[in-house]
Order: sequence, then structure tokens, then C-alpha cells
Amino acid sequence: MPAVQETVEQVRAIDVDQYKYGFETDVEMDVAPKGLNEDIVRLISSKKGEPAWMTEWRLDAFRRWQTMREPTWARVDYPAIDFNDIHYYAAPKNNPAPKSLDEVDPAILDTYKKLGIPLREQEILAGVQTSKVAVDAVFDSVSVVTTFKEELAKAGVIFCSISEAMREHPELVRKYLGTVVPVTDNFYATMNSAVFTDGSFVYVPKGVRCPMELSTYFRINEKNTGQFERTLIIADEGSYVSYLEGCTAPQRDENQLHAAVVELIALDDAEIKYSTVQNWYPGDSEGKGGIYNFVTKRGDCRGKNSKISWTQVETGSSITWKYPSCILRGDGSRGEFYSIAVSNGRQQVDSGTKMIHLGKNTTSRIIAKGISAGRSNSTYRGLVSAHRKATNARNFTNCDSLLIGNKCGAHTVPYIESKNATAVFEHEATTSKISEEQMFYCMQRGLSAEEATALIVNGFVKDVLQQLPMEFAVEAQKLISISLEGSVG
Amino acid sequence: MTDITPIRTPAESAILSRFPEVKASLPGTSAVATLREQAFGRFQETGLPHRRIEKWKYTDLRALMREAAPIAAVPTEADLAIAKALLAGLPDFGAANVTVVNGRFAPSLSDLGALPAGVSVVDLGEALGSGHPLVVERMGRAAAADDAALSLNAAFVAGGAILTVAPGTAVERPIALRFVTVGNASAVYPRALIEIGKGASVTLIETHLSADGVAHQANEVVEIFAGDATTVDHIRINAHGDAAVDVSSLGVVLGGEANLRTFNFVTNPAAARHQVFFRFAGEHSTATVSGASLLKGKRHADTTLFVDHAVENCASREMFAHVLDGQATGVFQGMILVRPEAQKTDGKMMSRAVLLSDDATMNNKPELEIYADDVACGHGATVGALDEDLLFYLRARGLPKAEAEALMLAAFVGEALESIGHDGVRETLEGLVEAWLKAR
Repeated sequence: MPAVQETVEQVRAIDVDQYKYGFETDVEMDVAPKGLNEDIVRLISSKKGEPAWMTEWRLDAFRRWQTMREPTWARVDYPAIDFNDIHYYAAPKNNPAPKSLDEVDPAILDTYKKLGIPLREQEILAGVQTSKVAVDAVFDSVSVVTTFKEELAKAGVIFCSISEAMREHPELVRKYLGTVVPVTDNFYATMNSAVFTDGSFVYVPKGVRCPMELSTYFRINEKNTGQFERTLIIADEGSYVSYLEGCTAPQRDENQLHAAVVELIALDDAEIKYSTVQNWYPGDSEGKGGIYNFVTKRGDCRGKNSKISWTQVETGSSITWKYPSCILRGDGSRGEFYSIAVSNGRQQVDSGTKMIHLGKNTTSRIIAKGISAGRSNSTYRGLVSAHRKATNARNFTNCDSLLIGNKCGAHTVPYIESKNATAVFEHEATTSKISEEQMFYCMQRGLSAEEATALIVNGFVKDVLQQLPMEFAVEAQKLISISLEGSVG
Repeated sequence: MTDITPIRTPAESAILSRFPEVKASLPGTSAVATLREQAFGRFQETGLPHRRIEKWKYTDLRALMREAAPIAAVPTEADLAIAKALLAGLPDFGAANVTVVNGRFAPSLSDLGALPAGVSVVDLGEALGSGHPLVVERMGRAAAADDAALSLNAAFVAGGAILTVAPGTAVERPIALRFVTVGNASAVYPRALIEIGKGASVTLIETHLSADGVAHQANEVVEIFAGDATTVDHIRINAHGDAAVDVSSLGVVLGGEANLRTFNFVTNPAAARHQVFFRFAGEHSTATVSGASLLKGKRHADTTLFVDHAVENCASREMFAHVLDGQATGVFQGMILVRPEAQKTDGKMMSRAVLLSDDATMNNKPELEIYADDVACGHGATVGALDEDLLFYLRARGLPKAEAEALMLAAFVGEALESIGHDGVRETLEGLVEAWLKAR
């Protein structure tokens, strides 16, 4: 900004407490005792009514987790987490497995209404929402409702909570669960494997184009809980699915842990488009409270000519540690990663992607935009690698950072590893402030400094916003302006 | 959650048991001895760097140094004669020579009588013992990082040279700093301290030389303190033998309104790691850090940069070219740090690699760490094969494949070589590139 002093003051004045999803819902909850041990793992498994093999799977993960250490390589700084001071299971007490919406606690329905998530199919049809989106709503540890299941079933698409999938479609779950993110992949993924509670399961059969957008909305509500969801999406040969994910949490002084695992599997000629608008509570302007978002997301382009595309808008969480990745195993497969990370207050973001080229003629594209304001730090960390057999692999990476104010930091840590002579990788990164010339140009044409900044920032992130589904793009655009309120207007 | 106790490799154990044996024989005042002890203590903690140490991720010294070579003895007359013969093979840059053999200053192979006006050279081994002011005030201040290679050198350094250029001196004749290692496979830890006074200008050619087939283990540290308004052209040619493992560190502290260029050229050693620690200490300065590596066989070359923009209004340019054939591995790790106070920083880093064989590997890690908002920083990295279309164009005009490739590669490396200011050195290096391409 040209008026540097002004900007600094505005940034200082910014109130992260403006977080508008910070309300709490008062529902009677069934909460497991604090702490993590084999009994808790068994308890979660029995609450979910899981088969014996699943309980063993969890226990095995838990035992392995006990031998692991927390990773420290990310550029984030936080006090040690006491893993025994967290509730690993919390579900609404009244009827934790409702058959229909009428059985769901009205307080929970209200919560989603306030959040603007349509759960009643008739409302959606009545045009409350412009286009049809099937929603799986996850409240703390359980999925409370999944909409449009029947209509999806007609097309052969399975969309339900993962607990239900384990009961109804054990053969699919058993075949694919943990095949993309192995149980011992990393500290948080292993922990998730032991204690995951709910999440979504999607299976799109051969040749089916999923008739509507699928969406999961995650809400952390209960105090001192962590949310450990697990999502598994399988796109069988020649199918297509677009999946959206949203997250919010109440405003609290304590830090809450969110350690999810998402696995995507695309078989021959299938395409999965996965979009996230992550808006967990970011903590207040002093860095008190907020969600620790330690997530493992990975897609496996297992089949020929398959495609996985990750799009994420990250505005929330006090700490983000997240690298949605693609394993490009099938020949001719394609991975994409589009990301906007906006950090303010004392948020710390360490996010990026991995594109692992294994098959021939695989291509990938990475567009990452980081905007740092306040006293936040944002790091792009990415890996692009070509293995010996990845003939003709192609990658283009572009990561740009924009700094607003001089108390924040923007960092880029790319790893580019090539073991194949025919692979062509290009990487470029820039870091800058809003250029004075651009500001001058806009202001000369009658825009105020704030309007001009907003315009330039919007242009900066445009490449990524264009990748989002329509309804999300609007929400994302709004989110970005809220997150930067006070610093750019 | 169990703690992991590192298992010492045989090389580590040998180095660890060696220090208590030799420390009494190493030169230095009691203050220097304390520095050695501290450095050794740091090494004891970290051990040899391996791939779990982020800064050494791609160069695993534990694997590259299966055993620790014995420390090189004080060179005999016969050693000096061999060194002289080796040096005769170097191209002649018409420079004033300063020579270090087996980690110790060799006055008989140095042109001490013919040094340009304003330039003085002191034996570092003696200076360590006499409490030379530069040793006291400067040693370890430019190459300052928590790094196992630096710790090892600081603990075991036996000698080297101190070179000073008086303020305001424009030194026309280049100064050649030549480090030679002769004899059986041995470990050397030479060091050079270079101070360039305000307003001076100088060309420094640093060469490292040893015979093919001998598995020397060299760990060199060169520190340059360039004052305000200085102009420095520094070229490093790594001509170690094809069995040598060479770890070198260059530390630079650059004053205000100064201009420094440093270039690193490597083709031959089995494994080389060149780390540059560069710090801007004054405003309105420009730095160019560049290099070229041409590797074949199973060679490994790593360039690791740490460019610290600590003050406002400075510009840095990093440009590296890597050509990799056979089963060679190239590594580039570049970090530009822009501190909160370093507004108006202009930093651009580029690393380009060509892979000529399906067994070659390139690992690139260009990093930016930025805390100031009014900056323009960027980096780029590319990896790929030679452009098929260009190759076809040249071949369609009658050039045989090998020649067409050589022409394209010469142009590719030439871009990096352009940053060398000294014409003679640049032309010599162009000749070396040509020879390498012919022998491919």
C-alpha cells in the first residue's frame, strides 16, 4: 500500500473476532471421557457398530501411533498438544442416528440454518438454494443427515456417512480404506486411523456422471473435543464427481484439534473435483484460541487418464498444516491444485501440495496464492517429483505471495525432484506487495485506496476462484473480503 | 514415544575419537582452542549430516563418507614438488599466486614477493597462534551457521591464508588462491580469511586441486569481508580429483554500495557440496551468486545458498545451470531470506537443469522466506531435456547430433558463465565446458 503507516494501523486494528460463525449450539451431548487409549478406540468402534476387522484396524493404528513422534518440520509454532486432554468422541445425545430430518434435534437444524446450509430437500427444491447440492452434515463426531440420498441412489451413486458405509458397503470400504493414505503415513493420519469418527463416503459407479454436487459440512461444536473425520471418495471407471467441503467452529479461547484424512481414488478415465472452503475459527487477534487444522488429503490417480483436482480456499484455523496431494500413477493421468490461503491476525499456514509423477505422460498444474496480513505467516510447501518411469511428465507451478503490512511473513519452500530426462518441470514464484503503479492507476480513475486494493487482490486470486463451483466461488469471494477486512477493505 | 539414539557411523566414530588425539598439535592461542572445543562439541551433537537434516536432505555425508580419511600431514618437500607439478596443469590467468598445500600455507609456491601493491598475505596457521586481529575479530563471522561442515572445519583447521586488500586499492592483477591436496587419501580442513578494504576492487580466483583416483576428503571454508563501495569478482573452480569428496563453505559479508560476484564451477569430483552464506550488511549493494555444474558418471554436486537480506535496498541475483549425464545427481537448494527491515529488496533466483540421461537426477529446492512487504522477490526452477524442436532445427541444417547437442548445451551453460566479470577466466571456463562436452 502506498500509505504504509495507514495500512499498518488498519491491520493492527483488525478484529479477527469478527468471525461470524463463532456461535455455539446448546445440545445435550454424549461425550467420551477425555484421553486416548485402547478403551477409547474400542468405545468409538462400538458406538459406530463397526465389524470386528475395523476395530482391529483401529487398534493396530493406535499401537503404531504410540511409537510415532509429532512432526516438527512445518514452519508453525504452537505449544505442545496434550493428546490426553481431548474428548475423542462427542455426539448429540438425543437420537444420534436419526432416520429422517424430523428426528434431528431442532437446535442442530438451527445451527445449519444459521450457517446457511440447506438440509431440507424441499427448501432446496423451492429455490432457497440456486442449484441442487446433496449435503452430508457432520456435527462433532457424527453425521446428522445426508440429503438427496435416494435421488443419488437412482443414479447408482452411494453418498453416505462413512460409518453407514462400513455397515452397508463393507466390501468397498475394506477394499479402498487406507490404500491412499496408509495407516502409518504420518503422526496425525495414524491418529486419525485409530479414532476417526465420521465423514463422508462416496462411490460413483462405472460411467456415471454424478447428477449433482456432493457436499459435506463439518461443524465442531462441543468444547475440548477434536474432530477426526475420514472421507473416502471412489470414482470408478469413466465417472465424474464434484465434491465440496466446508467447515466452521465456535469461537473459544482454547485450541481445538481437527485431524482429518481424505482419500480420493480415481480409476481409468474418472475425474474427481474436490473443493474446500476452510473457515475454522482462526483465534482472536492475539492468537488465543482457534482450530489446529492438521489434515492429510491425498488423491490417487490409479487409472489411465484419470484426473484429480483440488481447489481450496483457506481463511480459517489458527494453524493449518495441510498438503492435498496427487499420486499420478495411471498413464496420462492429471493432477491439479488451486489454492488461496489468506492469513490474518496470528494465523500460521503451512500448506501446499505434492504431485508425484509415476506414470507416463502424466501432467500436473499448481497455482497457489498466499495473502498474508496482520502478524500471520504463510508458507507454501510443495513437492513435484518425477520417477524414473514417468516419461514425458509435465508440471507447471506458480506460487505467488502478497504481503499486506510488514509484520507478516510469506514463504515458499518448493521441492522439485526429477529422475527422468523427458520430464519437464517449471516452477516460478514471486512475492510482492501491491505495486504502487497499480494503485496509482486505479486511484487515478477514481477508486479509493481501499477499493483499489480490493480490486487488485481479487485479480490476484482470480485464477483460483475461477476453479471453484459457482455457489462456492461467491462464498469464497465474500470470505476473502471478510478475512482482510480492516486491511484492505 | 521413544527417543531415537543416533547410531554413529564408522566415519563419525573415527572423527570423534581423533579430535582429542590431535587437538594439542593444532595451532592456536587458548582462545582459538576454546573455539575448537566449542565447534567440536557442536559436531558431537549433530554428527555427520544425513538426509534427515533438512539442509542436507539431498547430500547424505554419512553415505558419501563411508570412512574418515586420516588428517593430512604437514607437506614434505616431495609433496610440495608434486603439488607444483599439479599446479602446472592449471590454466594461466596471469595471477599472483597464494598456495595452500594439504591444508597449510605453502610460501614456496606463493608469489609473496610479487603481490600487487596494497595486498598482503599472512599464514593463517601462524596467525591462529599469534592472536592476529583478523582471527580474533572475523574468523567464523561470515560463514556463521549451525552446520556440521562448518563445525568440523573450525575444530580441525590447521592453516590456510589471510589475505587483505588495503582500502581504496584497485588491484588490476587477479589473485589466485590455490588449494592443493597431495599424497594418499587424506582429510584437509583449510581456511581463508579475506578482508577487502573500503573502496577497493579485486578479482579472486579460488582453485581446488587434487589428483584423480585418490579419495581425499576436503572441507574448506573461505570467508570474505568486503567493505563499503568495494567491487569483488570471485570465481571458484573445483578441480578436485574424480574420487574426492569436497565440502566447501563460502561466507560473505558485503558492505554498502558494493558489488560482489561469486561463481562456482564444478565438473570432476565424485561428490561436491558448495554452500554459500551471504549477508548484506550495508544498503544499496548488489550481489550475483551463480554457478555451473557439468556432471557425468556417478558424480554428485550440491549447491546450497543462504542469502540474507538484512538491510534495505539491496539486490541479489542467483543464476545456476546444471548439466547432468550418466547417473549423475545435481542438487540446488537456494534460500533468500528477507528480514522485516529489508524493505525494497530485489531478489531473483533461477536454477535450470538439463538431464541428458534417463538415469540422471536433479533435485531443486529454491526457497523464499520473506518478512518485509515492500519487496520484489522471485525464483524459478526448471528441469527438462534439451528442446527436441531446436535439436531438430540444428540437425536439419546438417549438424551431427553430438555437435548440435554440444552447441545447445554450451549456450545453456554460457548464460551462467556470462556473470563472470574477468574475461580471461570466463574464456578459460568456456574452454573447459567445450572440452567437457567433446569428451561426453
